[in-house]
Amino acid sequence: MLTLQCPYCGVWAEETELHAEGEAHLKRFGPGSSDDEFESYLFMRENPKGVHFERWRHSNGCGKFFHAARSTTTLEVFGTYSAQTLEPPQDIKDKISAKYPNWSWRDFS
Amino acid sequence: MRRYSAFAIAREAARYHTGWERAWRSPEPKKKYDVIIVGAGGHGLATAYYLGKNHGITKVAIIEKGWLGGGNTGRNTTIIRSNYLQDSSAAIYEKARSLYETMSQDLNYNVMFSPRGVLMLAQTESEIRGYQRTAHANALQGVQTEFVGPERVKELVPIINIDGPRYPVLGGLWQARGGTGRHDAVAWGYARACSDMGMDIIQKCEVVGVRQEAGKVVGVDTTKGPIDCDKLGLVVAGNSGDLANMAGFRLPMESVALQALVSEPIKPCMDIVVMANTVHGYMSQSDKGEMVIGGGTDGFNNYTQRGSFHHIEETVRALCETFPMVSRLKMLRQWGGIVDVTGDRSPVIGKTPLGNCFINAGWGTGGFKAIPGGGWATAELIAKGEPGPLSAEFGMERFIEGRFIDESVAAGVAH
Repeated sequence: MLTLQCPYCGVWAEETELHAEGEAHLKRFGPGSSDDEFESYLFMRENPKGVHFERWRHSNGCGKFFHAARSTTTLEVFGTYSAQTLEPPQDIKDKISAKYPNWSWRDFS
Repeated sequence: MRRYSAFAIAREAARYHTGWERAWRSPEPKKKYDVIIVGAGGHGLATAYYLGKNHGITKVAIIEKGWLGGGNTGRNTTIIRSNYLQDSSAAIYEKARSLYETMSQDLNYNVMFSPRGVLMLAQTESEIRGYQRTAHANALQGVQTEFVGPERVKELVPIINIDGPRYPVLGGLWQARGGTGRHDAVAWGYARACSDMGMDIIQKCEVVGVRQEAGKVVGVDTTKGPIDCDKLGLVVAGNSGDLANMAGFRLPMESVALQALVSEPIKPCMDIVVMANTVHGYMSQSDKGEMVIGGGTDGFNNYTQRGSFHHIEETVRALCETFPMVSRLKMLRQWGGIVDVTGDRSPVIGKTPLGNCFINAGWGTGGFKAIPGGGWATAELIAKGEPGPLSAEFGMERFIEGRFIDESVAAGVAH
């Protein structure tokens, strides 16, 4: 079972205590944006085979949203971090680079 | 190709079965093909078959990284139904269901289509209204379904507990002409027919790159070397996102794991397919006597073909509640497959940003039942370069135009 540490309350939570909330770091486009931007924000997804950044919610715990870095091919978790950020923290990126030197995800690498 | 027949069995019996030939050839790839289909699963092989049969295009290669039919085609619960709400879904799934009826004769290969009937249980008031609406929609679409009451449900499935503690059975949507088929045989039958038309099925050959010139595909790089093509079809289910990354475009899809399991074989006890979407479990009995059970999808992206254990627990709990007699059954095996799910839970059959590259993907949790229809529509799309009537609504542009085929209520859970 997938286990993630909630960065807010510190609890190591099992998957059943959490709720997956989809891709992380989406830039929101609303009124005034182009159709392409709006479509991309609403529907287009990275769906990588490898490193992925995603949102989770500690729904049966503290209730807060947080981010996680995880591999979709090995289910290895590289770390969890606050949702109040626009990109993954450097220590998590370093951890991923140590394992997958050439990784990239959207604009991050 | 030697045809299979009662006479062929008698002939081979008389000579110790020495005359059977291989069902399909395993050739080395040629330098160039008119059409390359990536993915030798049900949809890929069906696409190739109808390219040859309906459109006369036989210089086709079907490239598969594993073995044919080894992905979701070999991992589903073999349910075939077409009781969808939206017109465009009903049309393509009903086309598929009707092609399944004659598939064994068409392919000269026994796909064991068994129109035993599919029953979707209504266990809440809103489900009753939903299924009644579907039954009315189906009547207009020419799909034979009917809404039945709890007494008829009990008659159809004697082992069911209609007075369950949480969700008593209040009725059901009954499609008598739905049923099951032999999933591997569907892939094998199509493969044999494709090979017979001169198409090359190249297994254990992974696509590692999509070569392009001036916004068009000119070929693919594979683990068996480069292969050129005039047109490319991507029919790879869960791996669509990965292949789209190689080709340089994004898809409105995410890949997740879907699980299924089978029990030990028992004596015949249920001769139809039952789906209980509220408690989330569905079950049918295979010809070997195993109860074939479909589970749920995980919420997170996953390419490992393994699902989370708690989904099995949920599924089994739902089944024990609905069919109390299964509570003592042992489960034989459990497996997962990677399905690609779109925003509106309907598939994509359409063009891509690359002019001569076409895609059939996003079938989510319900690809098997659509194999002949999806293949038929994708073949038409590749042959003509434009979608035909079956796939017109399923292009990716529906997301930018807001023209969704919203089946998530009808199809987002069990398939």
